[in-house]
Amino acid sequence: SSLTSTYSVPPKVAIVGGGPAGFYSAQYLLKNMPDGHVDMYEKYPVPFGLVRFGVAPDHPEVKNVIHQFTAMAKSTPYFRFFGGVTVGATLSVSELLSNYDAVILAYGSAGDRLLGIAGETGPNVLSAREFVGWYNGLPENVALNMDLSCTSAVVIGQGNVALDVARILLTPPDLLAQTDITAHALLQLRESKIRDVYVVGRRGPIQVAFTIKEFRELTKLQDVNTVLRQEDIQQLVDAAGTFPARRKRLMELMVKSGQRKLQTGDNIRNCHLRFLLSPRKIVKADNTIYAVNFQKNKLEIPTDMDSVVTSTEETEAIPCGLVIRSIGYKAEQIDKSLPFDTIKHIIKNEHGRVLTHPGLYCSGWIKRGPEGVILTTMNDAYETVELLLDDLKTGRLKWSLERKTGAEAILPLLRSRDCDPVTFSEWEAIDKEEVARGNLVGKPREKSVDVAEMIGVAKG
Amino acid sequence: ASAAPTVAGANDLKVKFLRDGKEYMAYGKKGDTLLDMIINNELDFDGFGACEGTLACSTCHVVLKKDVFDKLPNKACDEELDMLDLAYGLTDTSRLGCQIEMTEELDGIEVEVPASTFDAR
Ligand SMILES: Cc1cc2nc3c(=O)[nH]c(=O)nc-3n(C[C@H](O)[C@H](O)[C@H](O)COP(=O)(O)OP(=O)(O)OC[C@H]3O[C@@H](n4cnc5c(N)ncnc54)[C@H](O)[C@@H]3O)c2cc1C
Ligand code: FES
Repeated sequence: SSLTSTYSVPPKVAIVGGGPAGFYSAQYLLKNMPDGHVDMYEKYPVPFGLVRFGVAPDHPEVKNVIHQFTAMAKSTPYFRFFGGVTVGATLSVSELLSNYDAVILAYGSAGDRLLGIAGETGPNVLSAREFVGWYNGLPENVALNMDLSCTSAVVIGQGNVALDVARILLTPPDLLAQTDITAHALLQLRESKIRDVYVVGRRGPIQVAFTIKEFRELTKLQDVNTVLRQEDIQQLVDAAGTFPARRKRLMELMVKSGQRKLQTGDNIRNCHLRFLLSPRKIVKADNTIYAVNFQKNKLEIPTDMDSVVTSTEETEAIPCGLVIRSIGYKAEQIDKSLPFDTIKHIIKNEHGRVLTHPGLYCSGWIKRGPEGVILTTMNDAYETVELLLDDLKTGRLKWSLERKTGAEAILPLLRSRDCDPVTFSEWEAIDKEEVARGNLVGKPREKSVDVAEMIGVAKG
Repeated sequence: ASAAPTVAGANDLKVKFLRDGKEYMAYGKKGDTLLDMIINNELDFDGFGACEGTLACSTCHVVLKKDVFDKLPNKACDEELDMLDLAYGLTDTSRLGCQIEMTEELDGIEVEVPASTFDAR
């Protein structure tokens, strides 16, 4: 290729984070930089980020993307995976920068946003991130202490993650038992008494953030009613005609499912969509939750997707025993040397270039913020890598001047810090073990949820 | 590597894919989807077919000529339309490549694969 014919030393690139942004970056780099080396440093012993720890267990199709990532990882010795390395703790970004020609930060958004209301801490108030981490086996959320003996739950927020959370709470456990949901979560969900889940948004029915695919799934869920109030249905009916086809289809589906006859019976559960409500207080006594108090909102222009929201004097309480806030993930500044935008919670960057640090790039949620599907993340990774390749070609990155040592310098450093990274083939041993355990109970996989156990299996 | 017909009757249908100003010929048989043809012919379209034809991504977005679009035997179902909603550069003749099966009538069609649109600049 033009790159390698111009320079004698193949470039070495480090990627921080082994989620979709990291893998798509690696794939695009290796394709366009054939002799280049790509080393991926990932916090957990296992790869794939939110594909493993975020995507819902009843979305196995979405996880098929792992096959492409795996094929890429195994296709070339120039790609290496180092799992169990927390950059910012075990290894610093500047250590990577001085041993690689370029570093791509793709470490996602692992923190929470808070509502900032009374009663937000304490038992049975969780973030969606924690709840998702619990059912998907994120090691730090496995011991999440939750009481599902109440009959109703409030989910605050109306994005796709909120619908994932509602769906997992409402799906008949026998169906979940056929997925790779973690054993501890399934056990507790089988005992759950929750019959009503309120998915509550601060804006109106026209402004919902979830996509039609996720909503359609909810409407098809066995033994679950999708409940909308008459006034909200009417608003959708009145406005649908004025919206472009994409949006109109979602609005019509909301109307159609809201107008269906409600099923009744002992095993029937309900997903209520409620609008124009902002939480003000979580009402509890002796650590037991009784309700969430909301203030009612109104929209300046109800049919405007970006309308200003103002609060009214009216309030409403929704009784519940469990509150899950799904108001967004939030990235963290893993290394003090990184230029961090504390408002958007991303690394300061221009299309993926971190201007303050030559050779430093970012990709995925840490670059754009915690929004968008895997396709968005893929495009985003390609954009960053295009710029990186461009910088190599134009000499903006002065990589040809010295030979970088890459992992050969980093690995001894890690060992001196008691860290023996998990390689991709060692991850495959974990993978094999998980699939075998799953087979025993009729699941595609039974995830290991313990870091020490993962490493034990990896290192045989 | 191309899967050009070696056995009579096999892989006798062809499609010309257009991507980023380049042409790629692919060969397949009746019932193959456009996604199958891209995979079987080892066309390296970055990220194409991420969910392996299960209607859970939109990386297999293709744009057809109007006459081809109109003569397709199966119309897009709700689930396909739901995913198309998320595709970049959606057009009136867009479909998901994993949902289009080859027939004799489609032999020789041209299919555009929209370049990944990372330049939202
Ligand atoms: C609950 C949920 C459900 C979703 N469902 C879908 C879906 O059905 N379909 C879809 O298309 N998209 C879905 N998404 C979106 C999709 O997961 C994201 O677009 C994508 O994962 C973002 O990729 P990323 O690589 O930027 O971040 P991540 O996937 O979060 O990857 C970041 C990686 O970096 C690692 N890391 C973090 N800190 C460090 C550190 N200090 N050092 C080293 N490594 C570190 C993490 O462990 C992780 O592996 C979902 C997201 C969520 C939250
Ligand atoms: S390959 Fe995912 S929808 Fe076609």
